[in-house]
Amino acid sequence: MSGVRVLVGTRKGAFVLSADAKREKWEVSGPHFAGWEIYHVKGSPADPDRLFASQTSGWFGQVIQRSDDGGTTWQPVGSDFSYDGVPGTHQWYDGTPHPWEFERVWHLEPSLDDPDTVWAGVEDAGLFKSTDGGQRWTELPGLRTHRSGPSWQPGAGGMCLHTIILDPDKPGRMFAAISAAGAFRSDDGGQTWRPVNKGLHSEGIPDEDAEVGHCVHRLAMHPSRPDVLYMQKHWDVMRTDDGADSWREVSGNLPTDFGFPIDVHAHEPDTIYVVPITSDSHHFPPEGKLRVYRSKTGGDEWEPLTKGLPQEHCYVNVLRDAMAVDSLEDCGVYFGTTGGQVYASADAGDSWAPIVRDLPAVLSVEVQTLP
Amino acid sequence: MTGAVPPAGAAVIRVVLPAHLRTLACVDGPVDVHVDGLVTQRTVLDALEASHPVLCGKIRDRRSGQRRAFVRFFACEQDLSHEPPDAPLPGVVATGAEPYLIVGAMAGG
Repeated sequence: MSGVRVLVGTRKGAFVLSADAKREKWEVSGPHFAGWEIYHVKGSPADPDRLFASQTSGWFGQVIQRSDDGGTTWQPVGSDFSYDGVPGTHQWYDGTPHPWEFERVWHLEPSLDDPDTVWAGVEDAGLFKSTDGGQRWTELPGLRTHRSGPSWQPGAGGMCLHTIILDPDKPGRMFAAISAAGAFRSDDGGQTWRPVNKGLHSEGIPDEDAEVGHCVHRLAMHPSRPDVLYMQKHWDVMRTDDGADSWREVSGNLPTDFGFPIDVHAHEPDTIYVVPITSDSHHFPPEGKLRVYRSKTGGDEWEPLTKGLPQEHCYVNVLRDAMAVDSLEDCGVYFGTTGGQVYASADAGDSWAPIVRDLPAVLSVEVQTLP
Repeated sequence: MTGAVPPAGAAVIRVVLPAHLRTLACVDGPVDVHVDGLVTQRTVLDALEASHPVLCGKIRDRRSGQRRAFVRFFACEQDLSHEPPDAPLPGVVATGAEPYLIVGAMAGG
């Protein structure tokens, strides 16, 4: 019988939540790597038993873990993320040049068809690739060394490359997003990149329509329509229909267009989800009501989804990598909060229930749909 | 402890790891490292990383060799964290009578 495996990264370890297709009864395993920050855990589309996890610590640095049995056992693989050549400088918070320094891996994106190939987005922003199951990592320096790189500046959470999206149709096309540099596209497998931020408008930077400098929080794509991408920016929800050559705002009737995650329904490319957050200084939902907003029109028109979610005294946040969907017939939607709850909906967001309530702060949520 | 037989003449230094690094290195107690030649913090850590490669980058920066900011080195009730890495360690450490402690700094968390 088919089922799902929810991979949860938290401030103090990783958890694996498993259920059958009904998604009613859950088995919880973890914490794996207890006490470490787990920024991201993701499975290979080519081999669901192969998982990669980014394990990191302010004390002891970066570890990449790999499981070949669906998260039952793990082994550390390579963790040497050396920038190519002598890294230059980017802008520091005070506007002074600051040398590029590796801090951690924010996001792991396994190849769509090769279980040994995986991409890593890191802080300070750079893109790495492994073709041997995570043992050795090589930077693709074309992104970091883009001519605009010296002007990039970190967002409040650091200068992280947090989103990597692989185009399933166009070989070599991929997207990346960096806080606070913006969105970038490669059409040659990550060798060269160009900023794709036309149409973005950010009041927090001197030139509001600049080529780079936008605080993009998250991108999402439906694999059946890869030229359409959605973006949750620091402020504004955006959409492109031309592979990110240009963007338009689709915030519509959202109560606030600040937020972090954005995701797309597994079977309906125009159905998208965001979690509005009050503001960049109030990282909690408006009115203390935790509401997922769904648009079935690809943006502009949004409806609040509240059934099963706390509608009073709720002051958690939902971070950028902490929402995911499964691909069962009734699309499941999942998100984790900084309060340690992981909520699941087995009916595309109409109703919600917590899988767990008291984990450490959730940094990331991914879902595998198992045969 | 590791069970490897030390090279003739090599010093055996008893290294105590913090709990997280013991887990990572799959050891449940002190690690014996073998140093052939002068026993310094650098040669001890070089030997430790050679015998347990998973610890590379977890104690010192891979390229600069600098101690990570929230890691401390203690021995004989002394904080050696700021001592030159090539200075000889105390004789009782070099003989294995006293351990060389690698400690996660008390920095919250």
